[in-house]
Amino acid sequence: MRITQGTFSYLPDFTDEQIQAQIQYCLNNNWPIAIEYTDDPHPRNVYWDMYGLPLFDIKDAVAIMQTLSECKATFPQHYIRISGYDRSLGRATTALQFIVQRPDDEPGFYLDRQEVSDRQVRYTIRSHSVTRPRG
Amino acid sequence: MTDTPATQGDQIDLDQVWQSSDIQALLDKLNEELIGLVPVKTRIREIAAMLLVARLREQHQMSTDRPTLHMSFTGRPGTGKTTVAMRMAKILHSLGYVRKGHLVVASRDDLVGQYVGHTAPKTKEILKKAIGGVLFIDEAYYLYRPENERDYGQEAIEMLLTAMENQRDDFVVILAGYKERMDTFFQSNPGFHSRIAHHVHFPDYSLDELVQIAELMVRQQMYSFDDDSRAAFRDYLEQRVQQPHFANARSVRNALDRIKLRQANRLIRAGGSIVTSDLARIDVEDVRASRVFRGGASAETSA
Repeated sequence: MRITQGTFSYLPDFTDEQIQAQIQYCLNNNWPIAIEYTDDPHPRNVYWDMYGLPLFDIKDAVAIMQTLSECKATFPQHYIRISGYDRSLGRATTALQFIVQRPDDEPGFYLDRQEVSDRQVRYTIRSHSVTRPRG
Repeated sequence: MTDTPATQGDQIDLDQVWQSSDIQALLDKLNEELIGLVPVKTRIREIAAMLLVARLREQHQMSTDRPTLHMSFTGRPGTGKTTVAMRMAKILHSLGYVRKGHLVVASRDDLVGQYVGHTAPKTKEILKKAIGGVLFIDEAYYLYRPENERDYGQEAIEMLLTAMENQRDDFVVILAGYKERMDTFFQSNPGFHSRIAHHVHFPDYSLDELVQIAELMVRQQMYSFDDDSRAAFRDYLEQRVQQPHFANARSVRNALDRIKLRQANRLIRAGGSIVTSDLARIDVEDVRASRVFRGGASAETSA
């Protein structure tokens, strides 16, 4: 099941040039970039692991593409996303965030139904990638 | 720009190319803002011309290796190395040799770590910041400390050399420092010497040039000399040049800062009412009060 979260996730996967252009757009807006990865794409899992430090003070997207390719080499079967953080006063939030790498096999989620009192049903979503981790 | 290989007779309007690349504007600005430095300006113009021709050759499918652009700027303090480096970054950007044209200034502290394993990430970080721009390493010879064989500077030098070779498209390195010490530095690191194409020396300013610089600064800051104070400032410079820690244009700027301080104090002490032009006028007394006239800059706290 293809994960759709963040910007552009309904579009076909970006090529490197397109990723670089998006990163350059962030940098031109003065948004520092962070590269994050995870093996658990659960929609409630907002805290992905950051690859290295946030990439402050960088002007050219090529520098970030280099770090990104290091990250891809280290985690070839993880989800990797790029986020651009707008630190300006009054915004102070993630301005753009998009997935740049997905594993070859995206196992999707399991929907758990729990019967409780008064015919109520509680739903839980579990990521298959976490319950049945690879290797 | 043509897509077909150039034949012998293709016409290229050099004037038009030169004008449209806005190098001329940048060089004019350099000329106007920096007094003197004739050899440097000539050199920069030559480099710009070479880069432009290389660009043209490339556009006409003639074989070109990307020219090596790393440079070394040598000269005493205050001769304008950083300012010229900033302009150089703009020129390289307008010719398309660097993608962004920003200047990252680094010194030994920014590159060399304090313990094992600290240097590589620090240097890498700076190199990353410099991508797409110009990396200006001030007092580069401090990177190399032969007296301490376990110094981590060597590690930074090696990373720098690799990056200068492998990422030639990504950034341009400019090393700067005193002439003599840079020469020894290059002697002990032949790798650097061979990777640097342009060695530019910044000569000291002559007295006349210093006076012109002072005039320019005073004008830019909306002050003015009168005839007496101009003469006094010339005297001041004449004596200051002889004294230790003279740092060319930087000393001129510092001297002017102190003169402005004395001018403000004089006005307040005098009290009463003044006219607007008094706010701008530098009096001879403001200049003459300098300690330089009374036995030397050694008495002054800052050079």
